Amino acid sequence: MLNQSQVIETIDMIEKEHLDIRTVTMGISLLPCVRESAEKTAKAVYERVVGKAEKLSSVTEALSREYGIPIVNKRVSVTPVSLITAAFPEESVSVALALDRAAETLGIDFLGGYSALVHKGTADFENTFLDTIPEALASTKRLCSSVNVGSTRSGINMDAVRRIGELVKEIAARTEREGGIGCAKFVAFCNAVEDNPFMAGAFHGTGEADTVVSVGVSGPGVILHALKGVPGADLTEAAETVKRTAFKITRAGQLVAGEAAKRLGVRFGIVDLSLAPTPARGDSVAHILEELGLETVGGHGTTAALALLNDAVKKGGVMASPRVGGLSGAFIPVSEDIGMIEAAEAGKISVDKLEAMTCVCSVGLDMIAIPGDTPASTISAILADEAAIGMVNGKTTAMRVIPVPGKKVGDEVSFGGLLGRAPVMPVHTGSAEKFISRGGLIPAPIHSFRN
Amino acid sequence: MRAVVTVTGTDRRGIIAAVSGFLSGKEINILDISQTILGDQFAMVMLADTSVCSEDFLTLSEQLSALGREIGMNIRLQHADIFDAMHNV
Repeated sequence: MLNQSQVIETIDMIEKEHLDIRTVTMGISLLPCVRESAEKTAKAVYERVVGKAEKLSSVTEALSREYGIPIVNKRVSVTPVSLITAAFPEESVSVALALDRAAETLGIDFLGGYSALVHKGTADFENTFLDTIPEALASTKRLCSSVNVGSTRSGINMDAVRRIGELVKEIAARTEREGGIGCAKFVAFCNAVEDNPFMAGAFHGTGEADTVVSVGVSGPGVILHALKGVPGADLTEAAETVKRTAFKITRAGQLVAGEAAKRLGVRFGIVDLSLAPTPARGDSVAHILEELGLETVGGHGTTAALALLNDAVKKGGVMASPRVGGLSGAFIPVSEDIGMIEAAEAGKISVDKLEAMTCVCSVGLDMIAIPGDTPASTISAILADEAAIGMVNGKTTAMRVIPVPGKKVGDEVSFGGLLGRAPVMPVHTGSAEKFISRGGLIPAPIHSFRN
Repeated sequence: MRAVVTVTGTDRRGIIAAVSGFLSGKEINILDISQTILGDQFAMVMLADTSVCSEDFLTLSEQLSALGREIGMNIRLQHADIFDAMHNV
């Protein structure tokens, strides 16, 4: 028999502590869609995505109601589009439009994969593709874009890093009226993973099966509640509490993932063990760190507390699922976490501290609003720093910053919904122009030569 | 299918009668019941077998929610697997 207190615990997690399945993401290979023209390719892409994901919404909604657990987002990731349009890269936007239409038809909020993997070098067709990203993001609503600029094995493609700084500025300018919201849908990675179910960085890697379903779990509120239950615990016991709770959260995700794959008739991909905050109160990663004993997130001790949290989530989660993947770690987006927003507004957390935090968690400098007049080379340098952390530490890092047009430090920008709001944070003003303009490849670290 | 019915809210007369009467009318067999009262708060967990019930799960779930509204309680119907998964290794 089920234990009554366990049943009530699960219901409380869902109803009072925001436990949910954050995303069910279907990864779809677009490789079979390549045709002799952009127009025919776009048509094939639309038909394939709509055909494959036809039942995604209805199946996830039924699962949500049967198990009584909310499934917040239904999403699709696709093969990096630069590979699909390699023969006619200048017409890539036609595929972007087709994907956006497909997402609209399917009733999903985001579709990821307008992407290029250029970590070791940028092919000519990829250079042309990169140029289309601002237009693609400005002319679509649901499309997300990402670029991988480095890896532990290959080093960092600094020519691409330089170009990304300019692209971020262009994207902000093209979506100026909405506070540069296009930048919220664009992320640059080092060590990008091929099976990430979370936006904006989701794409379906070429090493993946034809179609898979992956699930991103969440539950900062549940972890927070569990920690509130052991206020005097030492940090070993606190870590253990997080671990046990992460196990339960992940098991719910695993159950939904397996059942979704079965009903959709596709392979189960992975469960991504991430703590993904939302702007809702009680759903904050920052507040977990504060519950561990910090007066405010961003102060000294934050990195250590985050390291503990991130590790405990993984240890609990790995035990709960046969296939863990994606980004799997705590996310620290500023605009999407009420605790982060408040700390940033009070000037208690800096971009430098956030950068340090990315050394011990997933994923990177995320959803940070910076002054609109930040030079492109500074944005490139921010990315170069993040990529270096990822490259040397063998982990995924990323940058998703928004240089908000016309805004300066102290102003605020609101993106609405899950993207939240953010105060414009200061960045260093010393120029990196010369460093960034050098270009070339930062060589891979010595410990990457493991064969 | 094994399903879990949970009923919570302020205690009053006839809660178990109303819920079990409804389930019996739908040919749902109750396998186990556990119930507690804390202060004036009523909480009941029922394990039920829905395998011979002709109603589909989502319709049943809506009907139970409606019954809950009628008697002033919160009634949920969930697949038992979610609890097994979360609380058993």
